[in-house]
Amino acid sequence: MAERTIELTVNGEARTVVVEDRTTLADALREQCHLTGTHLGCEHGVCGACTVLLDGEAVRSCLLFAVQAAGSEVTTIEGLSPADGSLTTVQEAFRECHGLQCGFCTPGFVVSVTAFLAENPTPTDEEIREALSGNLCRCTGYQGIIKAVRLAAERLQPANAT
Amino acid sequence: MKPAPFEWHGPERLEEVLALLAEYGDDAKVLAGGQSLVPMLALRLTRFDHLVDVNRVEGLAGISRLDGWLRVGATTRHRVLERDPQVHEAVPLLARATPHVGHFQIRNRGTLGGAVAHADPAAEHPAVALALDAVMEVSSVRGAREVAARDFFEGTWATVLSPDEVLTGVRFPIRAERSGFAVEEVARRHGDFALVGVVCAVTAGAGAGDRLDRAALALFGVGGTPVRATTAERALLEGASLEEVGMAAANEIDPVDDLHASARYRRKVAGVLVQRALGRAIEEARRG
Repeated sequence: MAERTIELTVNGEARTVVVEDRTTLADALREQCHLTGTHLGCEHGVCGACTVLLDGEAVRSCLLFAVQAAGSEVTTIEGLSPADGSLTTVQEAFRECHGLQCGFCTPGFVVSVTAFLAENPTPTDEEIREALSGNLCRCTGYQGIIKAVRLAAERLQPANAT
Repeated sequence: MKPAPFEWHGPERLEEVLALLAEYGDDAKVLAGGQSLVPMLALRLTRFDHLVDVNRVEGLAGISRLDGWLRVGATTRHRVLERDPQVHEAVPLLARATPHVGHFQIRNRGTLGGAVAHADPAAEHPAVALALDAVMEVSSVRGAREVAARDFFEGTWATVLSPDEVLTGVRFPIRAERSGFAVEEVARRHGDFALVGVVCAVTAGAGAGDRLDRAALALFGVGGTPVRATTAERALLEGASLEEVGMAAANEIDPVDDLHASARYRRKVAGVLVQRALGRAIEEARRG
């Protein structure tokens, strides 16, 4: 199978990966960039575990071929948190509100929620539920996740900035 | 990765797209947002030797107004339709139907042209195009042609597009004065495909009174293609009650039983959704 060399920016770093045309962005991130925080659940666009930011917008990395991301800027779950390993406001809220149990779906949720709150910093509960509808969680029953989004939204308000 | 091997082509000009499609014909498929095609490839429901990716084609995305029409370029993403104020103002039905498409992560990638050309019978945009009498702009090396929405959809995932053709844009008529629009659908979860959906557009008569000048009603999720409920439309223009119009629509569709819902349930829901949608649209139209 023919392979191609492509260049993209991942978490602010220029990367060169060698992929087949059919290699998904998710596989390239995991296997070539060794960024295994991007999880693969269904690999056909249903579960949302593989959500990453492509040029700032949340997308499913299993529905994008790596060749399509050439020249783009990709942010994975690893790229959201500061270099010192501390948690982001969204991650902290997930921890405090029991927004996760096994954690498999969590990277996808955190990336989706980060993008969602950047666009809608003061969501209603209805909007939160709608925003979460593209990610599946088999453990929590979602209530803790909804609570976490509410808490993160509150803490991200400019008036509450520390 | 799950798809079977294929060769990816990333043309930057429409002429290159057309040449590739002319060369590979049935062995090639146009890749737009990929939010339906890639799952189908991953599940190996389909396979193609060549994917012609149109995401980088110059000039294929974008929204413009021309003489009473709003033209939406094929690779315009759903999120753009959702956010662009001129879409809300000029073609409210398109703007209001778009948030029902998938989840926001899907809408970040999915395109209008992809949704229309994919022709999923439960999708919103084909029904919107049908209700508004949109015009599809199609190109191939043989030339360009226009296809009316009512002639475009042939069946589940099937349109009149030939293998060498690509949808380049869709033109929607800009809303008339005193018109109203509504979308209603029932799905298991927000973002899932609709079990039954209705989009409608009505224009109130100029004088006082209850008369409507125009009524368009398209249902989706109830057959192989989106369908216009023409008997119900006529009944509405002739002054039938919303309940009668709902019943007329329910009676003229031919939904199927599947694991998501029975045909009987779909028919029942369709009648109710038609009433709800028309109620809101008529109210909006009369407000002016």
